[in-house]
Amino acid sequence: MHFDYALLLQAAPDLTARLNAVEAAAKSAQSAGDNAWMLVSAALVLLMTGPGLALFYGGLVRSKNVLSTMMHSFIMMALVTVIWALVGYSLVFAEGSPFIGGFKYLFLNGVGKEPNADYAGTIPQGTFMIYQMMFAVITPALISGAYAERIKFSAMALFTTLWVFIVYFPMAHMVWGKGGLLNAYLGGSIPTLDFAGGTVVHITSGVSALVCALYLGKRVGFPKEPHKPHSLVLSTIGACLLWVGWFGFNAGSALAANGLATSAFVATHLAAAAAALSWMAAEWLHSGKPSMLGGISGCVAGLVAITPASGFVKPMPALLIGALAGMFCFWMVAKVKNMFGYDDSLDAFGVHGAGGTLGAILTGVFATNAINDAQINGKVIPLGLVDGNPGQILNQAIGVAIAIVLAAAGTYLILKVCDALLGVRVDRDEEIQGLDVTQHGEEGYNLEA
Amino acid sequence: MKKIEAIIQPFKLEDVKEALKNIGIDGMTISEVRGHGRQKGHKEVYRGQEYNVDLLPKVKFEMIVNDDRLDEVLDTITTAARSGKIGDGKIFVFDVAEAIRIRNGDRGESAV
Repeated sequence: MHFDYALLLQAAPDLTARLNAVEAAAKSAQSAGDNAWMLVSAALVLLMTGPGLALFYGGLVRSKNVLSTMMHSFIMMALVTVIWALVGYSLVFAEGSPFIGGFKYLFLNGVGKEPNADYAGTIPQGTFMIYQMMFAVITPALISGAYAERIKFSAMALFTTLWVFIVYFPMAHMVWGKGGLLNAYLGGSIPTLDFAGGTVVHITSGVSALVCALYLGKRVGFPKEPHKPHSLVLSTIGACLLWVGWFGFNAGSALAANGLATSAFVATHLAAAAAALSWMAAEWLHSGKPSMLGGISGCVAGLVAITPASGFVKPMPALLIGALAGMFCFWMVAKVKNMFGYDDSLDAFGVHGAGGTLGAILTGVFATNAINDAQINGKVIPLGLVDGNPGQILNQAIGVAIAIVLAAAGTYLILKVCDALLGVRVDRDEEIQGLDVTQHGEEGYNLEA
Repeated sequence: MKKIEAIIQPFKLEDVKEALKNIGIDGMTISEVRGHGRQKGHKEVYRGQEYNVDLLPKVKFEMIVNDDRLDEVLDTITTAARSGKIGDGKIFVFDVAEAIRIRNGDRGESAV
């Protein structure tokens, strides 16, 4: 059909202006929708750290350490936020080398209402910045499961500060930053698929947790004396908040209120459910009873494993990834840990390190462009093994290996520095008395007060 | 005067209190205690880590009765606290040398 544009313009002389106005209105509507979802997602991810993780970990320790353990999560919401605003965002998302970002956004310079088209073209860069901040907040908090009940508060604060610079910022830049070594979509030479932070968040924190557990040594009396969780009620509330918050973590990683966000939301939920069932089934067979702690540990393991895959896989593979993660992490926690005898107090490595690694590898198997059709140089590319790209599994393994080496070496180095400057572990008497009184001068439960 | 110490299952507390009230005993002291006799505890498993919990929660009754009521009270407690399973508890009886009511200085049986 042929339009006579001249005639059309004659009939409606202001057509160009009106078209421009319609286009601008459509753009603004999309931006409003995307921005609303992303601000909510940022809040959901913060909810994972506090109260989610604070309650989950707080319930798992003995009552004399409940406040110090909750503090290990809560303090990240303050400390890492400040570091992120001053330099962290720039070191991750400004263009720099393949390994670390530059200084363009130092002190959030130029990070405001205007979108950054490299990352998310429909939302203000300020929204993208605050959303990514919440990931930097929760990652070091996850490690605290390994050093709970025996680390000095001052050493913990110094450790965290150094850790985000030496481990988190480089890893996040490599995977998500423009020009990062592993960034599949923005010029990385080893394209790794990590939708919401399997390598960046869970492998780095899980492996660092193992190094912390080995470096600090066992808690006094472990495992001969009982180190029972003091309140699985708190832990259950915390784990359920983590589950809810994880929708912001994974579905929010679509960076828009679109179909991909829905797909990630569905995958996330299915994996959590399957993993809760498979962990409980495994322990039912193994020790005779399905437990509440098993159920919540399983759902977290499933959420961890689906994190890198959530924006790339169909619903049925998501179920499978969750089911495998529940069983695998149960085996790591109940069998492997006892075999080696390290005291990863709250199983940060067994759940996040192991589940994150499994998820990263399985992403290379099940990722498909039927779910994620993001383009490189204008072309939709085959993603995982199911798309006929078996090489992706190798790319994933390289991403995992880099995360493991960086986290292990970085954490060991940082612990050495902290130990030399402050001493990382409280002394024996303080540990027996509990960290709440000795580190913070307060108690979690003053029931007679 | 005799002192009765009865260690019973916590879930029998109300039954025993009720039965004692019915025979006119209204003075008693109760504490929550933990312990075990021949009863074995139970196993708890947290992420594959097993703990044997052998000190179980119990309730301890302490009361002083006049000699003439002793047998009646012992029967009442035994009947009310019995479930027939291991772990029902034990009753111990002691001689009491003196009793004093703090409010007015009464001594002996009238103070009980």
